[in-house]
Amino acid sequence: MNFQIALLLGQDGITNGAIYALLALSILLVFTVTRILLIPLGEFVTFGALTMAAIQMGKAPALEWLLLALTLIECGLDAYHFRSNLGSKRIQTMVLKVAYAVVMVVLIQMLPLAELPMAFQALLTLALMVPLGPLMYRLFFQPLADAPALVLLIVSIAVHVAMVGVGLLLFGPEGARTEPFSDTAFRLGPVMMKSQTLWVILVSILLIVTLFLTFERTLYGKALRATAVNRTGARLLGISPVFAGKATFGLAAFIGSLSGILIAPITTLYFDSGFIISLKGFVGAIIGGLISYPLAAVGAVAVGLIEAFSMFWASTYKEIIVFTLIIPFLIWRSMTSHHVEDEE
Amino acid sequence: MSTANTSTVTNTGPGKPLLEVKDLRVAYGKVEAVTGIDLTLREGQLVTVIGPNGAGKTTLLSAIMGLLPSKGEIHFDGEDYVSPEIETLVGRGLGLVPEKRELFNTMTVADNLLLGAFQRYRRGDDSYEQTLSEVYSLFPRLWERRQQQAGTLSGGERQMLAIGRAMMGKPRLLMLDEPSLGLAPLITREIFRIFADLRRQGVSILLVEQNARAALKVADYAYVLEGGQIAMQGPAAELANDSRVIEAYLGLASKHQELLSS
Ligand SMILES: Nc1ncnc2c1ncn2[C@@H]1O[C@H](COP(=O)(O)OP(=O)(O)OP(=O)(O)O)[C@@H](O)[C@H]1O
Ligand SMILES: [Mg+2]
Repeated sequence: MNFQIALLLGQDGITNGAIYALLALSILLVFTVTRILLIPLGEFVTFGALTMAAIQMGKAPALEWLLLALTLIECGLDAYHFRSNLGSKRIQTMVLKVAYAVVMVVLIQMLPLAELPMAFQALLTLALMVPLGPLMYRLFFQPLADAPALVLLIVSIAVHVAMVGVGLLLFGPEGARTEPFSDTAFRLGPVMMKSQTLWVILVSILLIVTLFLTFERTLYGKALRATAVNRTGARLLGISPVFAGKATFGLAAFIGSLSGILIAPITTLYFDSGFIISLKGFVGAIIGGLISYPLAAVGAVAVGLIEAFSMFWASTYKEIIVFTLIIPFLIWRSMTSHHVEDEE
Repeated sequence: MSTANTSTVTNTGPGKPLLEVKDLRVAYGKVEAVTGIDLTLREGQLVTVIGPNGAGKTTLLSAIMGLLPSKGEIHFDGEDYVSPEIETLVGRGLGLVPEKRELFNTMTVADNLLLGAFQRYRRGDDSYEQTLSEVYSLFPRLWERRQQQAGTLSGGERQMLAIGRAMMGKPRLLMLDEPSLGLAPLITREIFRIFADLRRQGVSILLVEQNARAALKVADYAYVLEGGQIAMQGPAAELANDSRVIEAYLGLASKHQELLSS
């Protein structure tokens, strides 16, 4: 291997690593705030990418109907739950939610999807995807908020399996790739850098910095951290677990589908590619011990680099090498970490 | 002999009831820890609940706050709630300093305090900055430690933080579960003075205390809880002179003090 190949591999590794870092952060965020290991995170990635691809081909992605259906179910459940004191404010919220879904359906049917500028296509994809996060929390996890972590894990796996099926139904078995954000390429020493690589890295860094500032500086971000630190304490201050759950799932849906949009021009994604991708983010999260955000991000970038280099040396064993990586980390963690008292 | 212990006594007085509890029952599994409690707190009052360990005081406060499912009626501010959502209650002005404090240990003192004003912030009420400086001037200790993690505070500082955090929500009814637990006598006197101050500002207070002497001194009305039931109730000054209360809750302490002073 010479310097040029190393640079190329490094470029690939860092690009993927940046995506894994975003996913690792989402997994950590959702896990610490809600105790849910978000296995369906990968489906947000694939759904985002495949929706973007459908829009670019001028096809209605069919996701808008899923959004409308889930919104109607949510409103039905809420109306039943609050049947005794259905205030005007609750009704107003429900009407707004349904109206949003209907507007999305109409927009998708009416707009000349393929001709739209790419930024608008991406926005449209996000507008379809992000509400699915809070909806998923409301429908599948909110009723189980006090259940043991194992139950939450099982439900999470079930939701993942169901989403893969829905993905096949909505997008079909073919893989899809989208156009790069821009066509330019430029030289970095001896190698050409694809501009998409730069997009991925820039957007990831921007997103990570924004997330950091949100959680360190804003009261809403602090409220989510507080829920992660002490659920009862947060509830006593009026920070509802439902708010926290929906907010984190919304963020996860945003980060996941944005990741999908970012890597769609580089990788061909299928309806079932999500699991492996989020699993690599998960390896990063494990390296961070499921608590440390910076460690998780660094770990995820390392996963990307190791993946790229093992592709070069032993491409058949690439996945095995990446996933075996967990073992030494688990051993190291089990030896160094001391038992932490459970707060509850 | 006062009339404090007869069952016909109720908390009458000026001000309309802010909190009314009727026939409240709370069970842990099959065991009832609170077995039919009636309790009234009027607007602007400081009401104290005293009683031995395991009497059900913490259970009572948790049920009022909506942390535990309960049977019976609870009316706060005229409205009754069946299975209340804590967020709604907090929004309507109920605050609790729980027995276990429930601080955010890995966050700073300043962040803990700010989060106490979460609902006010959400409503767009930005006068919480004002409350923050009030809390800091009440507890200068917290100001000195504002960048320190809550988990590293001393026991007494944690109590102050818990009280300060609850004050940040500007509650109309502040419920406190043994706020003087583990505090040095000087600080205890200080926080009881703060409760009296808060009451003067129009905050109603429901105070659960082991320190019966101090509690009866600041309170308007008092309940004695034993075995999950109200054993005695009456104006705090009357209860403080009741022979049974003196014997059970003040007696030892006063004898002890006589010994000390002799
Ligand atoms: N989670 C629980 N499960 C089962 N029993 C409980 C639980 N919490 C409290 N109890 C029981 O309920 C009764 C009342 O407890 P509670 O904590 O309300 O007492 P308390 O008056 O606050 O006592 P203390 O003065 O010691 O704080 C006790 O007998 C206690 O053992
Ligand atoms: Mg108690």
